[in-house]
Amino acid sequence: MASISPDNHGLRLAVRYAVLILIALIFVFPLVFMVMSSLKPAQQLLADTASLRAFLPVGDISLDNYARAFQRAPIGLFVFNSVLVTGLTVLLCLAVCSMAGFAFVYLNWRGRDLFLSIILATLIVPFETIAIPLLLLVSKLPWIGWEGVSYGWLNSYRVQIIPWIADALTIFLFVQYFKGLPRELIEAARVEGATWFQIYWRVVMPLSGPVLATAAILKFLVMYNQYLWPLIVVQQEKYRPVMVGLQYFFQLNIAWGEVMAYLTMITLPVLAFYLALQRAFIASIASTGVKG
Amino acid sequence: MKLKRLAACSLAAQSLALSAAFAQTPLSMWYHGAGNEVESVIINQIVADFNASQSDWVVSLESFPQGAYNDSVVAAALAGNLPDILDVDGPVMPNWAWAGYMQPLPLDEAVIADFLPGTKGYWDGQLYSIGLWDAAVALVTRQSTLDALDLRTPTLDEPWSGEEFMAALDAAKAAGEWEYAFDPGLAWTGEWFPYAFSPFLQSFGGDIVDRSSYQSADGVLNGDEAIAFGEWWQSLFTGGYAPGTSQDPAARDNGFVEGRYAFSWNGNWAALNALNTFDDTLFLPAPDFGHGPKIGAASWQFGVSGTSQHPDGAAAFIEFALQDEYLAAFSDGIGLIPATASAAEMTEHYAEGGAMAVFFDLSEAQGLVRPVSPGYVVQALVFEKALADIANGADVADTLDAAVDEIDADIARNGGYGH
Repeated sequence: MASISPDNHGLRLAVRYAVLILIALIFVFPLVFMVMSSLKPAQQLLADTASLRAFLPVGDISLDNYARAFQRAPIGLFVFNSVLVTGLTVLLCLAVCSMAGFAFVYLNWRGRDLFLSIILATLIVPFETIAIPLLLLVSKLPWIGWEGVSYGWLNSYRVQIIPWIADALTIFLFVQYFKGLPRELIEAARVEGATWFQIYWRVVMPLSGPVLATAAILKFLVMYNQYLWPLIVVQQEKYRPVMVGLQYFFQLNIAWGEVMAYLTMITLPVLAFYLALQRAFIASIASTGVKG
Repeated sequence: MKLKRLAACSLAAQSLALSAAFAQTPLSMWYHGAGNEVESVIINQIVADFNASQSDWVVSLESFPQGAYNDSVVAAALAGNLPDILDVDGPVMPNWAWAGYMQPLPLDEAVIADFLPGTKGYWDGQLYSIGLWDAAVALVTRQSTLDALDLRTPTLDEPWSGEEFMAALDAAKAAGEWEYAFDPGLAWTGEWFPYAFSPFLQSFGGDIVDRSSYQSADGVLNGDEAIAFGEWWQSLFTGGYAPGTSQDPAARDNGFVEGRYAFSWNGNWAALNALNTFDDTLFLPAPDFGHGPKIGAASWQFGVSGTSQHPDGAAAFIEFALQDEYLAAFSDGIGLIPATASAAEMTEHYAEGGAMAVFFDLSEAQGLVRPVSPGYVVQALVFEKALADIANGADVADTLDAAVDEIDADIARNGGYGH
């Protein structure tokens, strides 16, 4: 077996870093292009796309596109709506799906495997196929509010949140993760007289940081990027989320600088959320490849 | 005591105002102009003026971005959530009327007698929608280009023939000064294709669908005239006269003003950019390929939703909005062609002698609405795909035959669309 000389090792390390930097650049370039373009006037932006200048803060740089973007659309309102809807959905989804996962893994009840199979089978059903039936359903559902009972959920936050709380992928993630936790912990808690909810809350959830982060990030991205559903259930500007708001910028002559400024601004919450949970997310991804 | 009296007066005034407000019947209205600041200001002004002008109705406006508008309306129709007043793109109106999303517009024909033909939306013999403006396309070039190529200036009365048009393109190509002789604008997709290019087909003598019955495209979209059109269309790209479907959108937007194209097929909405760049910009009429020069007609129009309980109130608002001052305001604001000659006279660009007045004449003389059929929304997509395929080198006859099959199958599936 040939030994690895220090020179050889250094070369391999250099090649590895070069490949990783190249891959990182490929992923970072679109973001850099977006931010740089948001600082340039339309004519320059389009002219720069033919060269590397597209990725550099050169030429006539200013924040004018941001100012005009704010004039064109109520960006603050759209971001608030999206963050509210996304945040509440993520929290409720984590609570409901983790409890469902817990019930599928730790509780013995008749039909458990069949129910899990049915839920997982819904993963292959594209949302577009159920969008219209779901629209018809939510347009007639009752709601009890301050003014009594009303019918129809259209034009509200709840219509953007409630149908998205439970989802098969998140339940699947929790099921898989819970299966990997030591059974002895659960049994010990049962012997100590803990209730199932106490076990869920005090034993299982504190050990579930990685899967919570993963599920939260995936759900956040799905919810923040929602377009079709809010498009068909929300007709009032006051409930519109950011992705539908993007359409405000596509007029006959598209102001690409404003589009890029808007995209830069609405990307910030996603980046902030990802960076906040990045460590746990990577830990979770890494743990999926490790056999215990 | 004075304070008490003031408070009492204030209370009485508020009560009166409130009772007046309560007496007004609310009308909801949806509009496609969110994101366009100028358009938003004008439409909000019209709503405010209308609400202040009478005490029977009060209109509340909800604006949508154009790209999301049609889907929102269709979804709302399914959910039974339509407003009283809608705006609708002209060629889409028959589909919405047929589907029950709209009801006839109870408007006296005398009110719209002077309106451009393309602004009136008729379906099944009844008026369903009316537009405050129209749009038109023209062959955009420069006087210096015509002079350099030794070409005569075509007029509405004497447009270029198809042969003259191709001779002009040959001359421009041979001059070698431009990247392409002609820019039809294939970077723009969607409705641009049937709006801008089906008039060429109609000038050749074909059409997207047989307008005598609207039951088939056979013979009009794949007949001899249509095949001649298809071969001409393909020759624009195989002959190197025009950029194809891979055209960069930036080149489409700025190619003419950057001097890359000798002739550009473009709309009145892009005219100001050209005029501001070249003071010798010309807007020429469409060439005549044998059956008269044609351009597309019909833009966004107002109508009453199928579920509105107050069509009289909706019509009252629409009639109010048809005043010349608003038509002129929209024209000055967003560059569209005002629906009446009297409104055109009030505008900066379309008044007699104005830089864009020719578009009003073009719209009046050459405008042809797209097929007035609920099936148009499907036919437009089929037509777009066929033209893109032909531009990319597909066999003309086979492609048009396939398009006819698709259109006919759709008409059959929908029971003839109520014609």
